[in-house]
Amino acid sequence: MNRGPTATLLRPVESLGRASLDVVESLGRFGFFLGEAAVWTFIPPFKVLQLLQRIHFVGFRSLSVIILTGAFTGMVLGLQVFLTLSRFGSEAFLGPAVALSLIRELGPVLAALMVTGRAGSALTAEIGIMRITEQIDALTVMALNPMRYLIVPVIVAGLITFPLMTAIFDVVGIYGGFLVGVKLLGLSEGTYFGEMQTFVDMSDIMTGFWKSLSFGVIVTWVCAYKGYHTGHGAEGVSRATTEAVVLSSVLILVWDYFLGSVLP
Amino acid sequence: MIRVENLYKAFGDQRVLQGVTLEVNTGEIMIVIGRSGGGKSVFLRHLLGLLRPDAGRIWVDGVDITGLRGRALDRVRERYGVVFQGGALFDSMTVFDNVAFPLREKKGRRRPGEIRDRAEEKLAQVGLGGAGHKYPDEISGGMRKRAAIARALVTEPEIVFFDEPTTGLDPVLVNAIHHLILDLHQKSRFTAVMVSHEIPEIFEIAQRVAMLHEGVIVEVGEPKVIQESANPVIQQFIRGQIEGPIRVT
Repeated sequence: MNRGPTATLLRPVESLGRASLDVVESLGRFGFFLGEAAVWTFIPPFKVLQLLQRIHFVGFRSLSVIILTGAFTGMVLGLQVFLTLSRFGSEAFLGPAVALSLIRELGPVLAALMVTGRAGSALTAEIGIMRITEQIDALTVMALNPMRYLIVPVIVAGLITFPLMTAIFDVVGIYGGFLVGVKLLGLSEGTYFGEMQTFVDMSDIMTGFWKSLSFGVIVTWVCAYKGYHTGHGAEGVSRATTEAVVLSSVLILVWDYFLGSVLP
Repeated sequence: MIRVENLYKAFGDQRVLQGVTLEVNTGEIMIVIGRSGGGKSVFLRHLLGLLRPDAGRIWVDGVDITGLRGRALDRVRERYGVVFQGGALFDSMTVFDNVAFPLREKKGRRRPGEIRDRAEEKLAQVGLGGAGHKYPDEISGGMRKRAAIARALVTEPEIVFFDEPTTGLDPVLVNAIHHLILDLHQKSRFTAVMVSHEIPEIFEIAQRVAMLHEGVIVEVGEPKVIQESANPVIQQFIRGQIEGPIRVT
């Protein structure tokens, strides 16, 4: 049917409208997914064994990568900040500079990015494979809610493990900075830790804590959602995994900026 | 009894079900046949409540499940056992744990000893007595299908759905699985709804057969009736002929 020149002119607007509706719809599904998980979190029976397995999977098995990246982040910070501060004769502030950078920003962000790369991608792939091999449907037709069995333990595990991973990252990073600043470059140990005690207060630690807590939700939510709504076949799982990692990483950085602006 | 009335389902422009009407009597084995991609699995997923129809109704023992959600739908599903096409065994669990899983998780918790005994009994019934400790990826396709059947039947469901339970198996295994289903049916008298295109083997186990073609049930009847049907669609399908009303695409 010939729809005339007006219809042809309006076609881009129509496409834009359809694309906008798709975006709004998928955002709605995305939000509803988290809301549903939040509701099931408080409805017994609680899946304690699944939760412990997820804590092990998301947290414990990410420990080595967290320690490694934390140590080297602290060492790089120690080196660069020392060299910068020494230009102004302010090497004494190395301790607080390293600690504040790690506790407020780098610890939560880098730990979350590392856990996303290691556990988040695996989580999406695992849930995605369960979807395409009908394991999730099998749970559903057994009258066992997949949200309760698969998704809630993952998100709660994220809430528990991300702050812990961040704390470990921070501590290891501070000792990495100590190794370079004190042991290699000759700053006194008392100055490094003493100044840190003076300048780092509880609000800095709480800023890092709230960030890591919210990153825990963001990463597990995005990765679980992408796996749960994966496309068809191996290609669908592969695409879902990539999207989960990219979206989680972008959201971590965006959310970090917003929280950084709001929190003291 | 399961009653399906005028079921319609489309995915975008693709109209898969175009008014499916079918009755499955309590305790019978009803096999739905039809060509691959013809909507058999879509039809089955409607009976399981995994898909919602665009129009039409499904009653399970008088309960209209079409609009049911959440707990109300789960109450119907608690009477179901399902054997999925690929088995859908949980790959992080052993075969034994897969079979024991529904018993452990369903309401009215049982003692661990009772769960173990029932799971082992069901595994023995399907000929997997010694394979309980293995993981799904360590066993053959035929064993996976049998494990899936054991898991579906361990809770002694009233209605069991089989989604192409013999796809991809050799003829001997196809026969073995069919006879296993028949044997288990004779013991437990469950209502069975199976979708399959294993011709002519299914005629040996079905009590009634329904042919799904172009989104509608074109004929339902006992195996002999279907085999002798004058309907050219059925004759072409059961003889596997290229020429006929079924277009090869």
